Amino acid sequence: MNLRAAMNLRAVWAIYRVEMARAFRTVLQSIISPVISTSLYFVVFGSAIGSRITEIDGISYGAFIVPGLIMLSLLTQSISNASFAIYFPKFVGSIYELLSAPVSYLEIVIAYVGGAATKSIILGLIILATASLFVPLHIEHPVWMLAFLVLTAVTFSLFGFIIGIWAKSFEQLQLVPLLIITPLTFLGGSFYSINMLPDVWRTVTLFNPVVYLISGFRWSFYGKSDVSVGISLGMTVVFLLICIAIVAWIFRTGYRLRN
Amino acid sequence: MGEIFALLGPNGAGKTTLISIVCGIVNRSSGTVTVDGHDITRDYRAARNLIGLVPQELTIDAFESVWATVNYSRGLFGKPANPAFVEKVLRDLSLWDKKDAKAITLSGGMKRRLMIAKALSHEPRVLFLDEPTAGVDVELRQDMWAMVRRLREDGVTIILTTHYIEEAEAMADRVGVINRGEIVLVDGKAELMRKLGRKRLMLELRAPLASIPETFSRYALELSPDGGQLTYTYDNQSERPGVASLIRDLEAAGIQFRDIDTQNSSLEEIFVNLLRQEA
Repeated sequence: MNLRAAMNLRAVWAIYRVEMARAFRTVLQSIISPVISTSLYFVVFGSAIGSRITEIDGISYGAFIVPGLIMLSLLTQSISNASFAIYFPKFVGSIYELLSAPVSYLEIVIAYVGGAATKSIILGLIILATASLFVPLHIEHPVWMLAFLVLTAVTFSLFGFIIGIWAKSFEQLQLVPLLIITPLTFLGGSFYSINMLPDVWRTVTLFNPVVYLISGFRWSFYGKSDVSVGISLGMTVVFLLICIAIVAWIFRTGYRLRN
Repeated sequence: MGEIFALLGPNGAGKTTLISIVCGIVNRSSGTVTVDGHDITRDYRAARNLIGLVPQELTIDAFESVWATVNYSRGLFGKPANPAFVEKVLRDLSLWDKKDAKAITLSGGMKRRLMIAKALSHEPRVLFLDEPTAGVDVELRQDMWAMVRRLREDGVTIILTTHYIEEAEAMADRVGVINRGEIVLVDGKAELMRKLGRKRLMLELRAPLASIPETFSRYALELSPDGGQLTYTYDNQSERPGVASLIRDLEAAGIQFRDIDTQNSSLEEIFVNLLRQEA
């Protein structure tokens, strides 16, 4: 059986296209606002504070925070893109069409998560380009950089998809990103090396999964990391597998979708 | 040639739930459902390919254009793009001049038609219309019924739920009655009306009667308060004697009448009676 016969690729494409169209329709919100906020981070952290902090691991502070800043946007945007994309049809009721269409769960996930991940990857690259206007950038392992970018975008889009299905209100939709993801990202070494922390806090920080994402991503830029790259990659993949398992469970039981 | 099947039932009887199960929106707790021989779980792609659904609520992505919305639906069902077909659907529903308008700018009636266009975009063989004319003005309702009849001529099976029993009466080939989650009865509309329908014979008398004579007790006649009209209610299953014998008996008794009128009970009366028997 070939792929075209086994899968409803037209449906995947139809959903993906609508998701991308939404991004272009709201280009101001989707693209320009993250670019502006990233620039602000550079002005405040990079220039104002960075002029007082000299170097971390031999990297200028401005350059040091670039991977963390990209991760910050990548995580929050992946989650909000994917959670909104599936929550909105649930909210207005138009989800009936998706559920009544000859579309498999796998196709639904590929389309929605693919759309959300694509948007946040594009965004990550735009932030990278914006950053290069402020600081001289150097990417030691570009292939790994892209691998971390894609892996993280997909993982957190899956996570967002789960939140979107779980959420019963717009408030719940905002809750997880606001109360969990943003603090974890800020405390996960976006703006500092966790080696700068006192020992106790360093140990506590190691329970923060975002540390591994940022550390691995930063390694792909500068070849320096807080924790070993293997562990970073391993943790990212573990989180991806957990998300896949939850999505599989949601679809097997019809949780908050078909009941 | 398709069929129009009306599913009738009081609020909360399970009409929408039944449709939702068949269409894959709600998981069933037990039982099996097949659509044209395709099991809706094991063979869901084949089953759903055959079905178009127009739900009760108006739920459309408000920010997409009419054209994009309908083409999206077609893509979702795995059909290759066919602009000519989509154009025909939109023209049939008088939405063609609105093809570039965003859904949010459409009137309620137009949104309803857009929902129908979406359901028809993938050329379904079975069309579910859940309360399609709720809140739709009379003229539009006429147009919609004309369209439904055309679909039937093209071989599409239409299953509709409605609160307007006159509508089922005017449109349906067969009627199903659902109550408290169970299909109580399925029958051809004509058979249903013949079997369960009552007839009423009204006789306008030349001279008013003070009371009904004893000899007519087996007919259980009703006399109007002014004594000027006799009403005889009968049905095909009843053991009461026929109209002919009543008229013979009236002549024999010297009761003369000026005019005769008959009335068939409507589907609504049948429906109400059925539910009353159930309860």
